[in-house]
Amino acid sequence: MEALSPTMEEGRLVKWTKQEGEGVKTGETLAEVETDKAVMELVARADGQLLKRVVAEGATVPVGNVVAYIGAPGEKVDGAAPSAPAAQAGSGKREAGSVVPVAAPAAAAPAPAVAVAAEGSRIKASPLAKRIARETGVDLNLVRGSGPGGRVVRRDLEGARAQTASAPAAVAASRAAPVPRPASPVSTGAPYEDIPLTQIRKTIAKRLATSLGPVPHFFLTTEVDMERAAEAREALNQELGDQGKKISFNDIIVKATALALARHRACNAWFQDDHIRYWNEVHIGMAVAVEDGLITPVIRHADRKSLAEIGAAARELAQRARERRLTPDEYTGSTFSVSNLGMFDIDQFTAVINPPEAGIIAIGSIVQRPVVVGGSVVPRRRLRITMSCDHRVIDGATGAAFLQTLKQMLENPLAML
Amino acid sequence: MPTITYRDALNQALREEMQRDPNVFLMGEEVGVYQGAYKVSRGLLEEFGAQRVVDTPIAELGFAGIGVGAAMGGLRPVIEFMTWNFATLALDQIVNSAAKMLYMSGGQFPMPIVFRGPNGAALQLGAQHSQAWESWLAHIPGLKVVAPATPADAKGLLKSAIRDNNPVIVLEGEMLYNTKGEVPDGEVLVPIGKADLKRDGKDVTLVCHSKTVTPTLKAADQLAEQGVAAEVLDLRSLRPLDEEAILGSVGKTNRAVVVEEGWPHAGIGAQVVDLIQREAFDLLDAPVLRVTQADVPMPYNKLLERAAKPSPDKVVAAARRVLYLE
Repeated sequence: MEALSPTMEEGRLVKWTKQEGEGVKTGETLAEVETDKAVMELVARADGQLLKRVVAEGATVPVGNVVAYIGAPGEKVDGAAPSAPAAQAGSGKREAGSVVPVAAPAAAAPAPAVAVAAEGSRIKASPLAKRIARETGVDLNLVRGSGPGGRVVRRDLEGARAQTASAPAAVAASRAAPVPRPASPVSTGAPYEDIPLTQIRKTIAKRLATSLGPVPHFFLTTEVDMERAAEAREALNQELGDQGKKISFNDIIVKATALALARHRACNAWFQDDHIRYWNEVHIGMAVAVEDGLITPVIRHADRKSLAEIGAAARELAQRARERRLTPDEYTGSTFSVSNLGMFDIDQFTAVINPPEAGIIAIGSIVQRPVVVGGSVVPRRRLRITMSCDHRVIDGATGAAFLQTLKQMLENPLAML
Repeated sequence: MPTITYRDALNQALREEMQRDPNVFLMGEEVGVYQGAYKVSRGLLEEFGAQRVVDTPIAELGFAGIGVGAAMGGLRPVIEFMTWNFATLALDQIVNSAAKMLYMSGGQFPMPIVFRGPNGAALQLGAQHSQAWESWLAHIPGLKVVAPATPADAKGLLKSAIRDNNPVIVLEGEMLYNTKGEVPDGEVLVPIGKADLKRDGKDVTLVCHSKTVTPTLKAADQLAEQGVAAEVLDLRSLRPLDEEAILGSVGKTNRAVVVEEGWPHAGIGAQVVDLIQREAFDLLDAPVLRVTQADVPMPYNKLLERAAKPSPDKVVAAARRVLYLE
């Protein structure tokens, strides 16, 4: 079982695509494997015949365990298969165990320079680079090495972001068919039905348990008048006409948030054990509901993108998130997150922070509410935004100041453009 | 500060030490009447007489042995080899007698002897006359080995060597005798065991000594034009090595190239590399590379000889590799 994503510890073999006795070539898909993030393809790393399938469909095995044997036709496979040590979680270095012992000349897959560790290869990094990665919390799996053989060297880390863990329920590249859905609880007469956690749910559970518990959250709510924003949006969309996709409220909110963060660097930060990283760049994580879970693709440099660019990025990322085709680059590295349940008629809610970020805003529905304006009660479109703050990084006044700026921007959208 | 030649710097050192201590004497081929095969001992016979400036027959093993005996008897001999290539013949006295005498006699027999002469290649001296001796001699416990690159270092190190109560090997160079440099007046000793930072930098450490210092400095100039600030560390002492200076520099730059004029296999540079990888492993961003003479007997042909020696281009190429610039 290979480590098909940086944080994968075990894989569930969903379906074999090759039969025992079938010929295989390097690169051909052997099976579909569900990882903590997505359904991915396990490919053959050698040419030969698939002699034996060791793991049954539906079984979950740790990374490093032997799942099959490829060899010359007629070759004997002994029962005991050496399992290479399983990958270590949380460290910068991963060992991907040898998946397929091969008798024929092994076509060793060259270790790709990005994220996924190939069979039998370990991350090549200079001792200095390893030390820097360790000290800054960078996951070496996510760094592209520019040295010989893909060696990660110091200069490769100078641009890399610190990752303590990937975003909740993040999805890696996959070309496989979608996972068969876990059955929705339907009454069968039995008092209950146990459905095992899918990989994505396991990851969400693990990630968020390390959020709400350890991170001291506090919450600030503000109600924003969205009349002007609504007018601006209508006007912009009329301008666009048939040319482009429409700009959504979410796009406006993401842009306003990014601009507000650029002015309130204190909220655009990561808590890092013994220091706080104040980001000078703004990358907004946008929570997207996917089947059976949640993922946060990142809109990079959201403060510098136009509304149209944000809209395009958001749409594209959301689409690929739902298809579980996001690359690690696309779901990690956000400096702040936005979660929007407005489309589900939620007035307001409190979101859980994505560690190591210091804050997240929860967007409710835009609703007509009676508001006092100039002495009379008038109906206005209003939006409730709730900010969750990590009190180790953001204090009440700091968070409130940011929210004030955000509110001002949304209430005076022309200032944003 | 006066500017003098390396040759004159050695001459001054010999003269000053012989004036200072009547036990110091010079012995070797052509050191007296001929004024020195390379004129290093010019004027010394006239000043000090035949007892203290002794011309010998062509018998290296013999006069090295006489030197050992003289040292055991309380004198402070300076034994000159016309070139270190001829010292192959005297090795038994250097390695088995001089290096081990103090140890084997339980401290009873002192050995304050200096063996000196030009080392390594010159120009078209051919295979048998271009041998670099650093590795052979630095290997032996009981010997100290120094290799000054500049006139100031030559004078300071030779004085320190003569005053040292241990057998000290001084590796000079035919091609260095004519080089000029500033040498401070008066009594200035260069301590044995201390390297010298010939050029400050931050991107890569270039370790060198003796004749490789000049091409390494030229390489540093070329690298500067390419935006790389190379640091040049002249070892000066090969045994003992200035470990602190080497590790301090690599700690700053995180990468190193070691330049030497000997052959690669078991050369003196290998010792430096061992030190760096052993003590500065976590600080290294790249493997340590070496630039050495080509692993062949030195060619006689001018162009082949040039191709076989370390050069600024080779040092630049190695530096760029450890910087991942190629």
